[in-house]
Amino acid sequence: MADATADIIQSQPQKLTTKDGKPLKAALAASQSRAKRKAFFLVLPLLAFMVLTFVMPIVQMLHQSVYNPGFTIHEDVISKEQTPIMVNLRDWFDENPRGTEPDETAYAAIVQDLIVLRELRAQGQAGTRINYERSGSRSLFTKSARRAPRMEAPFKQALLEIDEEWGDPELWAAMRDASSAYTPNFYLAAIDLTRTDDGSVERVNENRALYVNLFQRTLFLSVLITFLTFVLAYPIAHLLATLPLRYSNLLMIFVLLPFWTSLLVRTTSWMVLLQSQGVLNDAMVGTGILADENRIQMMYNQTGTIVAMTHILLPFMVLPLYSVMRPINPSYVRAARSLGATSWTAFRRIYFPQTVPGIGAGALLVFILAVGYYITPALVGGADGQLISNLIAFHMQKSLNWSLAAALASILLAGILILYWLYDRLIGIDNLKLG
Amino acid sequence: MADTLRQDTFVEFDHVQKSYDGETLVVKDLNLSMPKGEFLTMLGPSGSGKTTCLMMLAGFETATHGEIRLDGREINNIPPHKRGIGMVFQSYALFPHMTVAENLAFPLEVRGIGKSEREKQVKDALDMVQMGSFGSRRPAQLSGGQQQRIALARALVFRPELVLMDEPLGALDKQLREHMQFEITRLAHELGITTVYVTHDQTEALTMSDRVAVFDDGRIQQLAPPDELYEAPQNSFVAQFIGENNTLDGVIKEVNGGRALVQLDDGSLVDAKPVNVSKVGERTRVSIRPERVEFDMSRLEDGAHTLKADVLEFIYMGDIFRTRLRVAGNDDFVVKTRNAPDQVRLTPGTQIEIGWNADDCRALDAT
Repeated sequence: MADATADIIQSQPQKLTTKDGKPLKAALAASQSRAKRKAFFLVLPLLAFMVLTFVMPIVQMLHQSVYNPGFTIHEDVISKEQTPIMVNLRDWFDENPRGTEPDETAYAAIVQDLIVLRELRAQGQAGTRINYERSGSRSLFTKSARRAPRMEAPFKQALLEIDEEWGDPELWAAMRDASSAYTPNFYLAAIDLTRTDDGSVERVNENRALYVNLFQRTLFLSVLITFLTFVLAYPIAHLLATLPLRYSNLLMIFVLLPFWTSLLVRTTSWMVLLQSQGVLNDAMVGTGILADENRIQMMYNQTGTIVAMTHILLPFMVLPLYSVMRPINPSYVRAARSLGATSWTAFRRIYFPQTVPGIGAGALLVFILAVGYYITPALVGGADGQLISNLIAFHMQKSLNWSLAAALASILLAGILILYWLYDRLIGIDNLKLG
Repeated sequence: MADTLRQDTFVEFDHVQKSYDGETLVVKDLNLSMPKGEFLTMLGPSGSGKTTCLMMLAGFETATHGEIRLDGREINNIPPHKRGIGMVFQSYALFPHMTVAENLAFPLEVRGIGKSEREKQVKDALDMVQMGSFGSRRPAQLSGGQQQRIALARALVFRPELVLMDEPLGALDKQLREHMQFEITRLAHELGITTVYVTHDQTEALTMSDRVAVFDDGRIQQLAPPDELYEAPQNSFVAQFIGENNTLDGVIKEVNGGRALVQLDDGSLVDAKPVNVSKVGERTRVSIRPERVEFDMSRLEDGAHTLKADVLEFIYMGDIFRTRLRVAGNDDFVVKTRNAPDQVRLTPGTQIEIGWNADDCRALDAT
């Protein structure tokens, strides 16, 4: 529209003006800007809300995933005053390249820093930061800081007397990494990689590897759950779309009913059904299908996670499918049949392709929800039914390694964005039909 | 007539009945036989059972009772895809995710016809409907008339002997509809296809068909060629449904061979031709076409009865004049006259005398 106007103006020999002599272009811009401003003010509250509650936390999360000042800056809880810590050690790291055997000056720097830590009561914070990479380091720091003011040269010997750990090259590598606040190490840790003493990257010990496996399981379970919801939802959606309105409305209520119940209630009711003394097992034992001692373990394992999540996410597949199926005119299939196609061919060649946008939307929706699902696997998943989000929660709440949690979450976010991009490339986001 | 048709009957409905709910019959005892190559239209108001008949023939509905035969073979239990009947739908039902060429190739593909042969036949079919250059378009990129042509080409591309059309022109504007009417009949006759055409538009039925079956209330009210249908309707429904018609109610006074004397409800007498009434004293509804009413009494036969009429309205329509009269208490008695140089233009408010030839006025059942 704007372009068309511009063309007209350009093709005119003299500039078009309004009745009172203002250039037409300026008048148009002025009149439109008022409307635009009005529209902007209308969406401003939402925009502010989104920035505050959505964009900012994500930015902060991304920042947190590469930034951890636990070993570089101490912030006083009350005065909020920030003091750099471990400055002497950092200086030594700057002067000596990676892999240098720590000498007396290095140990002297540590002792000086420990004294500062003690004064600031920051030994716990610094120890925790090293503890992320090497367990047991927190107590090492607290105990050494307590005794630091009374230490005398040679400091290397004094520190080694407190704990042999101080001679461990791994500890020194960890301290070197932690001495800069910005580090990619949390991302390395999130994909089961670690830095060796000389700075090269390698896989962590097999029995400590955890995250890659968990990402794989999350991906596998999400794909499986998406597939199961699709298999279950397709016939339901078709039924909903083809039944007369009064029946389909009733059926639709059954589909939507779960939305009116708390997620927690739905999950716990699955616990009632699935547990070994639960309804399903009781029924099977009662009817003699199972012996009492052979009760099936359907909960606190992957089965529980799959069953409960498939049920909970089912409506998210049914609704997009229904919304694409409803407007498909039955005469398409009839036409195909009259043209000589069997009912299977008519379905495969004519009906199914027209439902693909709904399948895409439903699958994307269910998959994204499943990948980040937390409460259901936490309650019914047991050990091998946990998903990556449960581990993120663990690092947020228990181990308090927020940077690692942020790194894990960022990887998850990146994965979903890639998937979304792929979907756009393959099917086209314009084809997405949610309802 | 029935006997000559029987010999080369191609499509036959034999005492077919259809009920959806087990309580009411949508189609009541349908008997119909069509020879090969005929263009037959099922005409009727909505709910008259015409579309149900078409769906039974196509195989999308099953007959509750009776037999449907195609080329002498009973097809009641043959699924739609094995009947080999082409069909054009009201909504066209062009597959939206396929191009025009893919749409046309579909019936050939499911019949296992090879690629090169398929392409040739698709091209021929497209050329047949003058859409040769549209093969790579999607249906959504075509106008209504173009979609209609493609739907027609798709129904014909696998060379069925019988084609069914369910109100195929309903969604088009008037001009395009008239053009397509001509196009469809031309194709049907050129290819020698037997066609069953369903419509509720009587003009369409009259202009296109070899024979028209007028449906009402689940029955065929009359099955006849268009001219016979218009000029000799067999009952009041057909008379009223086809074309414009003036009706006057009365009682049979006298029946004398091919003539009846009818006393109208206001006491005046008219001459009529008894069609489905015969007894003296029976109530009847006489029906006369607007263009068969005479003002010039000298052109009537001797002794013909005439009626007094008040001119209520005179409408100039270009090629014709349309005059609304009050005749025997009926305010909607319409007379159409040709706009000829010597034609009188009637003035509203005057009283005139009208009459007609007894053969043009049909005494029908009084429903």
